[in-house]
Amino acid sequence: MSQAAIAETQITFSDVSRFYGEVLGINRVSLTIPPGVTSLVGPNGSGKTTLMNLMTGLIRPTQGEIRVLGVPPDHPEKLCRFVGYCAQFDAFPKGLTGYQFIYSYLLLHGFTAAESAERATAALQRINMLGAAGRQVAAYSKGMRQRVKLAQAIAHDPQVLVLDEPLNGLDPMARAETIALFREWGEKGRHVIVSSHILHEVDRISDQVILLSQGYVVAEGEIQGVRNEVKEQPMQILVRCDRPEMLAARLFQQRGAVEAKISADGKGLLLRTRDADGFYLMLNRIVMEHGLEVESVAPADDDVNSVYQYLIGAEGATV
Amino acid sequence: MNALWMRQIAAVWRLEWKKTLLSKRGWWIYCLALGPVFLTAMHWLVQSRVARHSHHTLGEDSVVFAAMFQFFYLRGAIFFGCMGLFSNLFRAEMLEHTLHYYYLTPLRREMLVAGKYLAGLAVALLLFVGSTVVSFLFIGRHAGAAYTDYILHGPGLSQLAWYAVTAALACVGYGAIFLMTGLFSRNPMIAAAVVFVWEGINPFLPSVLQKVSVIFYLRNLAPVEVPIPPPLNVMVIAADPSPAWLAIGGLLAVSALLLVYTAVSARTAEISYGE
Repeated sequence: MSQAAIAETQITFSDVSRFYGEVLGINRVSLTIPPGVTSLVGPNGSGKTTLMNLMTGLIRPTQGEIRVLGVPPDHPEKLCRFVGYCAQFDAFPKGLTGYQFIYSYLLLHGFTAAESAERATAALQRINMLGAAGRQVAAYSKGMRQRVKLAQAIAHDPQVLVLDEPLNGLDPMARAETIALFREWGEKGRHVIVSSHILHEVDRISDQVILLSQGYVVAEGEIQGVRNEVKEQPMQILVRCDRPEMLAARLFQQRGAVEAKISADGKGLLLRTRDADGFYLMLNRIVMEHGLEVESVAPADDDVNSVYQYLIGAEGATV
Repeated sequence: MNALWMRQIAAVWRLEWKKTLLSKRGWWIYCLALGPVFLTAMHWLVQSRVARHSHHTLGEDSVVFAAMFQFFYLRGAIFFGCMGLFSNLFRAEMLEHTLHYYYLTPLRREMLVAGKYLAGLAVALLLFVGSTVVSFLFIGRHAGAAYTDYILHGPGLSQLAWYAVTAALACVGYGAIFLMTGLFSRNPMIAAAVVFVWEGINPFLPSVLQKVSVIFYLRNLAPVEVPIPPPLNVMVIAADPSPAWLAIGGLLAVSALLLVYTAVSARTAEISYGE
């Protein structure tokens, strides 16, 4: 695939800054976002919404260049054909029902009345809101308003879906359905870009994460890859086995071992090591030589929450 | 099959016109439009009852209507009505945080400006041209058959047509001004006050400056001249009137220029809602 063809499947930020007067929005951001589900994570004011508004053309960069599947965001007549944005604003045009809200904006896309009606119905069905479609949006609960915004963002079947805190106000069932929708769209090779404060849900959703702090990108990529880059924090590994005390003793013969804790039931060992690869090799040897029965081995801190804590700190984290 | 841009303008128009016509915050605009209708209807009813004792003539009614048209409709009702209607087309959506829905559709900003302007214009024409026509028909109604004759066989119909055209042009011109100020300014009252003062002092300005206004051309189109009472008449500077074709063409051209400028500005506008 040529460079140009690759660029047309990605969202790229090249040295992008955005200032609001003298206030920094984001500074010197260079990013490449491939297809799949990408989460933007960071505390309030870190630049998540600015990044989303920039890629959807609602605001313009002070400097730098943005391309969304090869298209600059200042061409809305091209960009908005394949981009859907569920923004954070909880406001709707007055006097419209849920159905009319989606239908009216589909007409603006240039769809015929029949196509718009069909797409509006399909979008409402997709988010289980068909029953409330005839009610005024003003009478909806916060969760329903959030879902009808989502329906409006997906109604024209966009290739790029940008969602600012889309799970806010949703009940657990709706959250699960919405997350399933994101996963489904990501698996279809589309871009789904989500900002969220709820880190354990980000973990479930994301193929890759972008961590932001005070307008700067702190880390980006697949979460395991990002975790491996955080060298100064020892890896945490949880091993469930029949002789954890023997494993702990052997661990401290190895370079890089920092800490080991045996669980209360005597069947688990939570260890911290700077040499995870060395530990896994050692574990294989112990199993072979001493017949250690291992029930499970799993990294305990290669999730978004841990990486967030290591790179950004506790402020702003909502788990 | 209509072209895409026509369908998009029609879609904007559909969303906007009802919202603009039935806006609760626009109640005072209805009052401005319906006030003269109410007054002329009362005039008809009262004069019908006292006709035998009254020395009231159709000529006097014609001058009274001309004065009402120039000083109430053009300088008051249509000016402020258009300010209320057109400046809110963008500004209200910024205040309500809903403009981004338009900006997230593949709609050229020029089409958005055109659709919103046409929706505002449709409402303004309905209210103010409608009000002008109805008031004109009411004001001499008390004279019965004489007034019917004045309209159908005298100068009445021609006067009515010119009043309607002038009111329509006022909506076109002031609409373009206030659509632009609504996009640029968070508080359109400041821009409105500047324009209002400029239009108000127009008769007292040197003749060259008088021509840099909307009211100068509209006044020239009005079919009946209003005598200016003393002592104001000595302060007024009489500028050469423009021919009708120039007044109409000039107003339409200036309005088109303002709309083009608004459309170009809308293209580079950002959605931040002041956050």
